[in-house]
Formats: sequence, C-alpha cells, structure tokens
Amino acid sequence: MDGFSSDFSPAAPASASGKLDTGAIMEQVKVQIAVANAQELLQRMTDKCFRKCIGKPGGSLDNSEQKCVAMCMDRYMDAWNTVSRAYNSRLQRERAKM
Amino acid sequence: MEAAADPELQSFIEAETQKQRFQGLVHQLTELCWDKCMEKPGPKLDARCEGCFVNCVERFIDTSQFILNRLEQTQKTRDPFSRSLTD
Repeated sequence: MDGFSSDFSPAAPASASGKLDTGAIMEQVKVQIAVANAQELLQRMTDKCFRKCIGKPGGSLDNSEQKCVAMCMDRYMDAWNTVSRAYNSRLQRERAKM
Repeated sequence: MEAAADPELQSFIEAETQKQRFQGLVHQLTELCWDKCMEKPGPKLDARCEGCFVNCVERFIDTSQFILNRLEQTQKTRDPFSRSLTD
C-alpha cells in the first residue's frame, strides 16, 4: 500500500496538451477510495478482534491468541459480506416499492 | 474548476460518492451488528449467526425509518415533544 501514497501528491495529471486528464483523475480517485476502505476495515477489524481475543495482554501474542485473531479476521470478513448483501437487497426492495 | 465542469467526471464522482456512502454504512453496520451477534468467532459463520446479522441490518433500517417518520409526525402535530425541544 505504501506505493500508492506517492501517486497522490502531484497536482491533477495533465495530458500533453495541458488539459486535465479525466481518465487519470478517475483512476486516482478509485485508488484513494480503495485505500480508504481498506484502512477503515483494518481499523475496525483490529479493534473488534483485539477485544475478542486478547483478554489480558501478556508478554507476547501467544499461540492461542494468534489463532483466535486469525479466526476472528475471517469471521469479520464473513460478517462484512453478509451485511453488505443484506443491506444491498434491502435497498433493492426499497427501490422497488417506490 | 475545469474538472468540475467535465460531465464525465461529474457523473463518475456522483457514482463513487454513492458507492462510498453504501460502503460506509456497511462498515458501520458490521461493527454494530458484530457486537450484537458475535459471541465467539468460530471456524465458520454458522447459519444462526448469519441470520442475526441479516436481521440486525433489517431492524437497523426499520429503526432509522421509524425514527424519521415519528419525527416528521411530531413536527406536524407539534405535540409536547417539539415543545420540549425548544424549552
């Protein structure tokens, strides 16, 4: 993910004519959104799985804690996908009502 | 400024904003429903737990609609609630 950040700093990309390159802007926006979403997920997942798996922080992240965190990550992703599907189908139903 | 006038870019931004709003709510709901539905993460998401997540999403939206409707009604009838807001 480190590589992405360097793409953001320059001003809007310009084509040879000096006009703003719409395609390149759209690409940048997409990348930025993807990074923001990954960060959002990472932050919430870390918070939730830390709470579930690390009862009393010890001298190291022991084996059973690591196993718990790994399982928790997978279940969090499952949950995310389930929620996304449920929300999407609800939106579809609401739209059909209108 | 020039970019904002570009219709292609404008509709792209609108679509992405919409998608982002959706994703943002999915993040928020996953976190909220995780607290309500997940006891101990197991080797797979069982059917009962999955059902809880689905219900959680549905009831959250119901709640938000209910609150919106009720606020609208209380605004119209100007019952004690709206007075208490201004007190």
